[in-house]
Amino acid sequence: MIKACNLYKSFGEQAVLCGVNLEIQKGEAAVILGRSGSGKSVLLKHMAGLIQPDAGKIFIGDLEISSLNERELLEVRRQMAVMFQGAALFDSMNVGENIGFSLYREGKRSHSEIAKEIAGVLELVGLKGIESKWPADLSGGMKKRVALARAIIHKPSIIFYDEPTAGLDPIASDSIDKLIKRICEIRQVTTVVITHDMRTTQTIGEKVFMLHNGQIYLTATPKELFASTDPVVHNFVNGISDNKSNLT
Amino acid sequence: MNFLNNIKQIWQFFLEIISSINRGNWKTSDIISQIYAIGVRSQSVVMVTGVFTGLVLTAQTYFQFHKFGMDTMTLAVNSVAMASELGPVLAALMVTGRVGAAMAAELGTMKVTEQIDALRTLNTHPIDYLVIPRMAATTLAMPALVCEAVAVGILGGYLLAVHVLGIDPAYSWDNMVSMTHVSDILMGLIKGFFFGALISFIGCYKGLNCKNGAQGVGIATTDTVVVASIGILMLNFFLTLLLSKLLASL
Repeated sequence: MIKACNLYKSFGEQAVLCGVNLEIQKGEAAVILGRSGSGKSVLLKHMAGLIQPDAGKIFIGDLEISSLNERELLEVRRQMAVMFQGAALFDSMNVGENIGFSLYREGKRSHSEIAKEIAGVLELVGLKGIESKWPADLSGGMKKRVALARAIIHKPSIIFYDEPTAGLDPIASDSIDKLIKRICEIRQVTTVVITHDMRTTQTIGEKVFMLHNGQIYLTATPKELFASTDPVVHNFVNGISDNKSNLT
Repeated sequence: MNFLNNIKQIWQFFLEIISSINRGNWKTSDIISQIYAIGVRSQSVVMVTGVFTGLVLTAQTYFQFHKFGMDTMTLAVNSVAMASELGPVLAALMVTGRVGAAMAAELGTMKVTEQIDALRTLNTHPIDYLVIPRMAATTLAMPALVCEAVAVGILGGYLLAVHVLGIDPAYSWDNMVSMTHVSDILMGLIKGFFFGALISFIGCYKGLNCKNGAQGVGIATTDTVVVASIGILMLNFFLTLLLSKLLASL
């Protein structure tokens, strides 16, 4: 379903991805782990076609998207959705307009039908009746839920989550994790989660990729990840800093 | 190398705009709402600029012309200068400060908070949704704003000349009408059209290519005002040369 082949990306002098290879099957819930600054978000943006690689290829199904232009990518992105780290809600629109944005733009359905859809997804994410609120009036957890509602309203087959629990308290994090898991199960979507949160990994992940030094260092199940004795993996999972390692 | 990259990027941005116009993916309702935000809400600032420019131009012209007994030519100078040069240029500079800066800040903030990326993931091309409505609205609204600036500038000058400076209204009016040609008015309107396109092009380009968070938004906003203001003054010179030839027969 999603395949990255020998992906390279640099920003100026800084090499971020140095030959990334990974494959995520249809309907699978994959978690991509890595330290802050390891290039997880860059990898996600490549998979969503938001960044072009310097070298290498990305496939969505049989289609190679790394060579497509922005107009062609718009068509490909109809089947996917992205929940951004900072939610990326449009601050000039209220919650209802944010969630229904893609449906209003399509113009295929009546306003009352779209309003019904919006109410439905808001109920699914546990925020019934907040259509008229503004993004600035929402808490961090609520913003993430609204972003999730906006992502799922057009029924994508792939959802990318960029640090879905970053900046949230443990209870809000847990509720977001469970929500992602529930949406993954109810809608049978391929789920890709970027995180460094071990609880998120355990709750959502069926397959885990660990990004280290610009490459996929480990591909495993969550169980194998937590049982690993590899020092890099073990230290990361248990949050043990190495005196020699830099703070990144 | 950096300079060439910038030129290439600007050219690609221009081509994207042309492609979007040809595809017709933009919505009329988006343009109308931008015309309100850009055109209607800029009226007060443009009119204040127009009226005070007309007043000071009339006063200064009168002070010089009075020495030679040419009082009744004062309004003719005011009218020609307002219609062809001062009206469009000053209105455009005011719109640059109000609208161009706002465009760069708004789109820049959207860029650094990933709202532009969010748009792209919602099957919406930023050029179709953000740039075309703003460019169309500014380009269409500017000639109307120029008209207003010129009209209030002339009206202000007339009231000052007749009621304060005591110039004969009948001769003044007659001289003004005979000296102001259709070509002067057309020149101002055409300039307004090009200035509108220039302001919105620079504002949108700077906003969409904004980097480095809040500081980047500040830089994009400042750059827009500086580049667009200089661009207007330079473009005005070339348009004056070109249009005075093209419109000479009118």
